[in-house]
Amino acid sequence: MDFNYKQNKEELILELSGSFLNYDNEKVKESLYAAAEDSGVRIITVKAGGLQKWDSTLVVILCRLVEISRRRKIRYDFNGLPVHLQRLIELAFSVDRKPAHDEPEQLPFLENLGTKGLNIYGDVKKGLHFMKDCFASLGRLLTFRAVFRRIDFLFALEDCSYRAVGIISLVSFMVGLILAFVGAIQLKTFGAQIYVASLVAIAMTRIMGAIMAGVVVAGRTGASYAATIGTMQVNEEIDALKTMGVPVTDFLVLPRLSSLIISMPFITLLADAMGIIGGGVVGVLMLEISPEEYIKYTQNALNMKNFLVGIFHGFVYGYVIAVCGCYYGINCGRNADSVGVATTKAVVSSIVWMIVVTGIITAVMEALKI
Amino acid sequence: MKNDAVRIKAENLTIAYGDFVLMKNLNFEVENNDIFIIMGGSGCGKSSLLRILTGLQSSPTGRFLIDGMDFSHSGENRRAELMRRCGILYQSGALFSSMTLGENIALPLQQYTDYSPKLIKELVDLKLSLVGLRGFADFYPSEISGGMAKRAGLARALALDPEILYCDEPSAGLDPISSRLLDDLILDLNQSLGTTFVIVTHELASIFAVGTNSVFLDAETKSIQARGNPKELLRNPPNEKIHNFLTRGEKTHG
Ligand SMILES: Nc1ncnc2c1ncn2[C@@H]1O[C@H](COP(=O)(O)OP(=O)(O)OP(=O)(O)O)[C@@H](O)[C@H]1O
Ligand SMILES: [Mg+2]
Repeated sequence: MDFNYKQNKEELILELSGSFLNYDNEKVKESLYAAAEDSGVRIITVKAGGLQKWDSTLVVILCRLVEISRRRKIRYDFNGLPVHLQRLIELAFSVDRKPAHDEPEQLPFLENLGTKGLNIYGDVKKGLHFMKDCFASLGRLLTFRAVFRRIDFLFALEDCSYRAVGIISLVSFMVGLILAFVGAIQLKTFGAQIYVASLVAIAMTRIMGAIMAGVVVAGRTGASYAATIGTMQVNEEIDALKTMGVPVTDFLVLPRLSSLIISMPFITLLADAMGIIGGGVVGVLMLEISPEEYIKYTQNALNMKNFLVGIFHGFVYGYVIAVCGCYYGINCGRNADSVGVATTKAVVSSIVWMIVVTGIITAVMEALKI
Repeated sequence: MKNDAVRIKAENLTIAYGDFVLMKNLNFEVENNDIFIIMGGSGCGKSSLLRILTGLQSSPTGRFLIDGMDFSHSGENRRAELMRRCGILYQSGALFSSMTLGENIALPLQQYTDYSPKLIKELVDLKLSLVGLRGFADFYPSEISGGMAKRAGLARALALDPEILYCDEPSAGLDPISSRLLDDLILDLNQSLGTTFVIVTHELASIFAVGTNSVFLDAETKSIQARGNPKELLRNPPNEKIHNFLTRGEKTHG
């Protein structure tokens, strides 16, 4: 490829010949631009008699020359170029509408702090508002006025019950196993290993069953709610629902929320049972407690109150997970990345809120002496 | 007509999803420097045909050649090499939403060339200004309109100065002026860089403004109903259906 330029009094002449492909010689280009900036130059002429092939790397150079001559208010003569190349350059300059892109302002420290505080306040308000909407939807469901498709509900129910059985069973079984194991080490020193049965039974039914069920369901179902609804947000499906006047909480949240509220107590039950079985395996095989005795002690330790408290926790966790998943899904941004962010937030906040809620419930029960 | 002027040759292609056959026995040739229009009613399989021609989907029968090389039955490397010559504008723009427009366009350049970052930036700015989006390099796809996303998608398709450019409904979603500017751009690229275009479009004005050759896909007979220069087809429509399509079914008076 050939690329020559020379200055002839007021005229800068650029001569192109041969094929001009993949040109990336920064030095030569810069010196050409510098020559064009020379105050003596009043006109830039391009001669391209021998130009055969060329690509965008040439157009880039020519556009830069046009820019320079426009800025310096000098003339340029590109008539030597192939007609369509001239047109292409024209086209590149035809729409000159600069977008307004606001740089984010740097705020002073206090103002920054205040803005952050207000943002948090706004988020909390939005979250509470959403919870209120969810309760209102549940109310409409109970009075048979909610708009949602039964099939959505059935799908959601299947997904968070029947399809979750395997993983929940496995995880709670292991937790029961671990509980018994860790407890046994301590209890053995007092020769009281038989109380492993009571330990496992009480721990699983009162809280561990619900927690394990909650953690697994948050990772499994909560994440999928956020991803599904978030993708709908990206595809403008949620906008479409809103403009059709369909309440989003009814249509999207209600089937998911109600199926989780219904299934979580049962999943908790399953987790309780599997945990106790896991404990039993350790007790019988490792601590050499007879199965009859293990069952007897387990029965003695089980009481209705602990049992109901556990189920209640499961119920509340179901609500928390569904609300977190749907909330972050609906408030998802508009690109693929934001679906990932929404999913992460949904799972993390479900688990955090589960812990917080457990604390609150425990405190209230203490106060009420339950 | 010399054979080496044929860039894309489709032989006996079938468009099908499982047992659901949309088109059978498609044969056509796209010549070098053509602006080849694929017409047909909505849902007749035009986008699917483009998917086949760009290797995203396979045809159960037949084959197609790019520059005389069998694309359908060649290995991964050969395909990648052939695809490097092609640019694709998807119906929805298909911009990567986690990257700015500038990064979107720079991606193929970084992937396939060893240009300096400075030149890449200059090329990105050039492509953006060609589609009328000068200065939008730092915007994210979620911050621009649907029509702008389309144009940005075109800028990305143009990044490597492709020899063949596939466009799925390039002017859908554009206002009449932008749509005409796009036609101008297509013509200029076609005549200056010698880019061959394969365009799916319904836009009658563009069909007549730019098309040099075309095929008309018909869903009922699952075959090509007509082919040739669109202006010719309008003058001598081979049948009623094509006449209706090209005149939007409007009755001619007198
Ligand atoms: N992944 C898929 N699986 C099954 N069928 C599909 C799939 N994608 C498309 N189809 C069917 O193929 C047909 C053609 O789709 P295609 O997108 O190719 O249409 P088109 O001609 O591009 O239409 P339009 O002009 O509306 O874009 C449609 O009827 C659709 O039902
Ligand atoms: Mg289509």
